[in-house]
Amino acid sequence: MSANSVALAYLVAAVLFILTLKGLSSPATSRRGNMFGIIGMAIAVLTTLTLTHNWIYILIAIAVGGTIGAIIAQRIQMTAMPELVAAMHSLVGLAAVLVAMSAFNNPVAYGIALPGELLHSSNRIELFIGTFVGAITFTGSIIAFLKLSGKMSGKPLRFAGQHWVNLGLGIVMVGFGVAFFIAPSWTPFLIMTAIALLLGVLLIVPIGGADMPVVISMLNSYSGWAAAGIGFTLNNNMLIIAGSLVGSSGAILSYIMCKAMNRAFLSVILGGFGGGEGAAADSGDGIQKTYRSGSADDAAFLMGNASSVIIVPGYGLAVARAQHAINEMSHLLAEKGVTVRYAIHPVAGRMPGHMNVLLAEAEVPYEQVVEMDEINNEFADTDVVLVIGANDVVNPAAKNDKSSPIYGMPILEAHKARTVLVVKRSMATGYAGLDNDLFYLDKTMMVFGDAKKVVEDIIKSLS
Amino acid sequence: MSGVDPVVLNLTVFVLAIFVGYHVVWNVTPALHTPLMAVTNAVSGIIIVGAMLAAGPQQIDVGTVMGLVAVMLAAVNVFGGFLVTKRMLDMFKKKSK
Repeated sequence: MSANSVALAYLVAAVLFILTLKGLSSPATSRRGNMFGIIGMAIAVLTTLTLTHNWIYILIAIAVGGTIGAIIAQRIQMTAMPELVAAMHSLVGLAAVLVAMSAFNNPVAYGIALPGELLHSSNRIELFIGTFVGAITFTGSIIAFLKLSGKMSGKPLRFAGQHWVNLGLGIVMVGFGVAFFIAPSWTPFLIMTAIALLLGVLLIVPIGGADMPVVISMLNSYSGWAAAGIGFTLNNNMLIIAGSLVGSSGAILSYIMCKAMNRAFLSVILGGFGGGEGAAADSGDGIQKTYRSGSADDAAFLMGNASSVIIVPGYGLAVARAQHAINEMSHLLAEKGVTVRYAIHPVAGRMPGHMNVLLAEAEVPYEQVVEMDEINNEFADTDVVLVIGANDVVNPAAKNDKSSPIYGMPILEAHKARTVLVVKRSMATGYAGLDNDLFYLDKTMMVFGDAKKVVEDIIKSLS
Repeated sequence: MSGVDPVVLNLTVFVLAIFVGYHVVWNVTPALHTPLMAVTNAVSGIIIVGAMLAAGPQQIDVGTVMGLVAVMLAAVNVFGGFLVTKRMLDMFKKKSK
């Protein structure tokens, strides 16, 4: 194919990728959007295939990778989506590093150097950027994967002078980048890549489990920038456009997640927040607070007689695999004439939008699933709120207590409802390690037990 | 325009693509943020284009082998990403019945 036809085919593919993202503006158009993405990718791959000589080997490599990808996509549990996404980011990172090394190995083949000459100077900077972003994405995503899948503790791993070590390494890395710019050779290139790989690990280990939704969005963004960086190196607009779309998408998601947790992006990156579940519910003020507890039957009675119920699901619901049970419970309530809706906090799951997918999997109609901003005004007119597997996202301290570490974080205003039911295993604190005043309100009733068991008991009582 | 450095043209495309991405992504409904991440994962598999070019030269050397490995890795992303997105979006369809 001529260079012009290739460029035009890439343009078509780029437009299709934009339509893919556009399709996600509503569930109704989203599947068509995904199909556009598949067509766009097919066009990009087939067009590129005409430029290659070893197309048989390339097709074999695609078949092998594609089969692995397809099998994983079929088998993955929806609760494990964050791990899968992190693992896939690492593959993009590694692929970017490999392409950069290959480009440096044979720049003439890419048309970015004349035979016998060194790599163009502008391409050297781009190669450096593409490689280090790719390398950081690669190892950083592996650490995120290990943390999310529980193969490594979610606790922030910190040591004295951590930030100085990272800064120092960053400066040394740029130093070798400059050396590579002045005199391109393998030595500075490989040292710089090795430092970037190490930095990827060091940047992610201090970040705690609670901040993982931000980290995973950030690495999503990096994987896009890595692809765009390689696009600059190879003067390939296809890579630049697709990479930029992904990069800006990840950046926006990181921003949304930070805002939902009231965390500054920089302090997330610097790490150290959210060491996992706390043990005691003691608030430290020495006063023994009292709470009311009840049975599943009591909860069923309260909800059965209500005219409106809002369910606030948290990740604990998915951990207990109670999504299907809760959907069944909603059906029973609906039959009794109760309006049931679900209120979703942006960080209800382990990644942006995770809870929506988990509920969708349990066949909860998406019309019933309402985002925080839309439903917050309606708690005051709601008879019963059922908080299940959630904690920090309904903690009124975020609104009322200026000394609270989560002060300013947007919350679901469950405390405004007439009655609050909280299903929890014990009085233990949530991710942020804070006590929750919601549990001690006069209108709150605690129902202790495993979320799935409690919901099943409520179902029995309702039917 | 013939004198324009390719870097400048690349930068033009880059900046405009970021603007498009910014506006399109803000319109994505929050309910579909997980499928958004899965599909952008597939789209970032576009690195497969770079990988194929790396694997392309007739003469097989260490560079083409690295390219082939990269093609395989990126293919995992492309297939896995689009298929898992489809699986998720189908769940959103079922419920509206």
